[in-house]
Parts: sequence; structure tokens; C-alpha cells
Amino acid sequence: MSLLNEPFWKVFISSFSKEVWDSILPSVSDTLYMTLVASVITLIFGVILGIVLTVTNPTGLAPVKPLYTSMGGFINVLRSLPQMIMIILMIPVSRLIFGKSYGTNACIIAIAASCIPMYARMVESSLLEIEKGKIDAAKALGSTNFQIITKVIIPETFPSLIRGFTVAVISVISMTALAGSFGAGGIGDIAVRFGYQRFQHDVLFATVYVLVILVQGIQLIGDRVSRHILIKRHLLSAGARKRRKHYEKKSDKDTSNSNISAGVSSNAGRVLTN
Amino acid sequence: MAEFVTIKNLHKNFIKDSVPIKVLNGVNLTVNKGEIFGVIGFSGAGKSTLARCINRLETPDSGEIYVDGTEILSLSDKELRKKRKKIGMVFQNFNLFESKTVYQNIAYPLVIDGYKKSEIRKKVLEAAEMVGLSDKLSEYPGGLSGGQKQRVGIARALVGDPELLLSDESTSALDPQTTIQILDLLKEINKKTNITILMITHELDAIKYTCRKMAVLENGEITEEGLVEDIFRNPTSRTGALFAKVFNEMQHAELGDGAGI
Repeated sequence: MSLLNEPFWKVFISSFSKEVWDSILPSVSDTLYMTLVASVITLIFGVILGIVLTVTNPTGLAPVKPLYTSMGGFINVLRSLPQMIMIILMIPVSRLIFGKSYGTNACIIAIAASCIPMYARMVESSLLEIEKGKIDAAKALGSTNFQIITKVIIPETFPSLIRGFTVAVISVISMTALAGSFGAGGIGDIAVRFGYQRFQHDVLFATVYVLVILVQGIQLIGDRVSRHILIKRHLLSAGARKRRKHYEKKSDKDTSNSNISAGVSSNAGRVLTN
Repeated sequence: MAEFVTIKNLHKNFIKDSVPIKVLNGVNLTVNKGEIFGVIGFSGAGKSTLARCINRLETPDSGEIYVDGTEILSLSDKELRKKRKKIGMVFQNFNLFESKTVYQNIAYPLVIDGYKKSEIRKKVLEAAEMVGLSDKLSEYPGGLSGGQKQRVGIARALVGDPELLLSDESTSALDPQTTIQILDLLKEINKKTNITILMITHELDAIKYTCRKMAVLENGEITEEGLVEDIFRNPTSRTGALFAKVFNEMQHAELGDGAGI
């Protein structure tokens, strides 16, 4: 159904129809597959590169200026390439590895090549957030550099690393859509073939829903997880609703013991939540 | 008493905007085993740098530092890490690991040392008992008060049985009452384990309350050294005199207030 000869509301309603979703669903799984694999690759290499950047930084644990500068420069070069050009550039590489330059796996390489440098920089800035004093303390306790990284810096900056990864996954998703038009399959492929070339705007709409839900879902999960950790560590106060729940639970417990203390603690809860 | 920490002719410059700034300018200091030794000075006198040179968080430009007969500055990285485990350090802003519970914080030095789980548990419980935090072991530092945080810091510094404790302004971020509690704790630990404590501070009360001997650090040099009472009664250096004056005036003011009521 096209917007060219149908009113908007009809196209909108038709975008929820069974035929539309039947034609989309197989490509949703393609998109999920590409997102998952590319995200994992991005995570692994991004974290490794980010750690190397942080450690070899002139003010880092083991400064190696030539390595830091050359790696930083290389990452900046990769980051300055638009995603579309990166996909084209990676065609020979994909052919080398998979024997073909199109398809889901081939595009994962291009996606990773584009997202790893970005995530590496995000990891670097997350890791640099740690207070110097904590590193001093770890050193004073006799830690090796490896122990400082794995047991102090990464756990301490974990919520920030998660937030960075959320952003990286979202940019992976947006790139899977772009890669779709270069033969990667998935949602992007559907959007281009049906929505653009055949004017089937109901299908186009449906692809938009899928992308929005995916991105929102991932952002929600990322925020929740990082918030949960911060609250657990008492670095972020739980919202008023949660606090009230906490006090209500407490006063419930107290009721079974004595009525007087229940009254007091629920009052205390009220004062605090107000 | 045996000499435990000996510092000879220690020099340290910081380079700021390619201009060297003298922070330590030929410091000589001797601390005997088992004593609580105070180092006092104004901000920027080089107190913290002095403490940080002893476990080589800062590398001095020249000089010698002996801790228990070992020359610190000539140690290899591996030897240094081993030696650092025998030198505890407590910081002004605690520097606890916020991702770890109180238990995990105290256990950290043992974990990185590869102790057995059961042994770690035993030692951590002992240390927590000593600093009075046995009921807070599963809390995260973010939920503790300043005094409690410093107790965790002390337990973490002491769990590996060090022979020297560097206290770098450990009570400067705490209120007076908590300060007294922490100082009492340090005194108690010193009595119990005969650990040598080097107390770096700008608080006169803290020194007077805890130490028998002290040194005054002024512009990177030790200008005065001796028994605390002597220095307070009869200061010979500018900083010492200033501190003594402030201290006497404060005491005077307190007395005056009391009389007024």
C-alpha cells in the first residue's frame, strides 16, 4: 500500500496487517543476528583497544607515547570515515574472510570496523573517569597493573562502560539498517526494497516500528542496568517511589513486632519521601 | 629503640609549566619502630609528597629511604610491590573501591595476593572486628559515614599485617568527634600490634593527641624535630611557632568561653 494513492490512515492501519509482518519477520531475525554478533565483536575489541589507550596514555599506568599516539591517530582516521564509505572499503576484507562481499556476515565486518573505534574512545573516556586516588590506593596495596585494570578500574567504571555500550549497540543497529541497502539483508534491506523502490509505505512504517522498539528496548535495558548498579552502590539515590516502598516494607515488618514502632517508622518514611 | 624508617637527604621537584618547583628540599627524618610519629606543616609544605615517596607513589629525584633496612628507591617493580604490601596507607578521602562491599574492600589486598578463601575470611573478620565494622561487611562504601569509611580504609591497610602505616591526612575530612575516634583507633592498633605509624597532618590537635614525637615540615625542609611537648612549649622554627601560637590561642579561647558560662 502506498501513500501515493492511499490516505495516510489507511497505510498506517495496513502497516499492522498480517501480510506486512509476514514479509518483515524473517528480516527482523537477520537484523537481530547482525546486531548481536557485531555488538559482541565491538564490545570485545572496543574494550581491549580502550584499555590499551588508557594504559599507554602519557598519564596512564604504563605510558607508551608512540603506541598511544599512533593508535589514537588510527582510531581517529577510522572514525572520520562515514559509515557508508566504511561498508564499501570493507568489501575486499569481507571477500578475503568469507569469500563473498555481500550477505549478513560480510556486513558484520563493516559494522564492527565502524563501531569499534567509536566504542574504544568511549571505553577510554569511561576508564579515565576513575579517581586517581583509587589507583593510588590499589598501588599502595601492592597491585600489579593488570590487577589495577581488572579488579579496580573496570569494576569501578562499570556503570559508565554499560552506558557507552548501549550507545554503541544503538549505532550498530542504525548501521545494520544502512548495510541492508548494500546486500546485508535485514530490516534496512526491506525498507529500501519495499519502501523506497516499490512504494510500499506500509512495510516501510513497519520497519520503523521495529527499529524504534529495538532502540528503545536497548536504551531502557542499558539505563536500568547501570542505574541498578549505581543504586546498589549507594552512588545514586533510589527514586521516591522506591524509597517509600522500602519504608512501607520496613513498617510492615515492625507491625508484627509492635504497633508503636510501626507507627514511628512509617511516619519516618513519610517524612523522608516528602 | 631501633630505627625503622630513615630518610636521607630527600629531594623532589615537580615540573609545572616546564619550571621545576622544589617540593622536598633535602629532608632527613628518622622514625623508630613502634612509635607514632607526626609530621606537621601547612598546605604545600610537601607533607603528602613525603609520605607518598615512602611507598614510592611518587619517585623522588634523589636521596635515600630505608624502611626496615630496605632501600625503597632501588627496588625493582616486583620487589616494590612486595614491599608495598608491608606498608599500609590511609588517605584523606579514603579512596575506597565503591564497586566492592566493605568485606571485599578489606579483602582486596589478600585477594590480589592469592590467599585461600577461608584464610581471607578469617583475616577480614579479624580486621573488621578491630575497627568495629563487623556489622557493616555487606554494605557498599557509598552508604557509610565518613568515619566508617575511614575505618574501612584502616582495616584495608592493616589486613596484610604491615609494619608501617602511612596516614596521609587521614582525619582531615572528618568532624572533630569522629577524628578523636579514628585517632583512638590508631593508638589502640599501635599499642596492640606495635606497628609504626607516620602521621601526616595539618591538625595540631591530632598530633598532640596521638604522637610523642613530631617533625615540622616547612617549604620542603624539616625545620624542627623532637618531642611534641617541647616543640609546642618552645618552638624554634617559624611554622612551629605559628602552630604553637594558634594552638595556645585556641586553648585560651576555649577556657575563656568556659569562664563566660
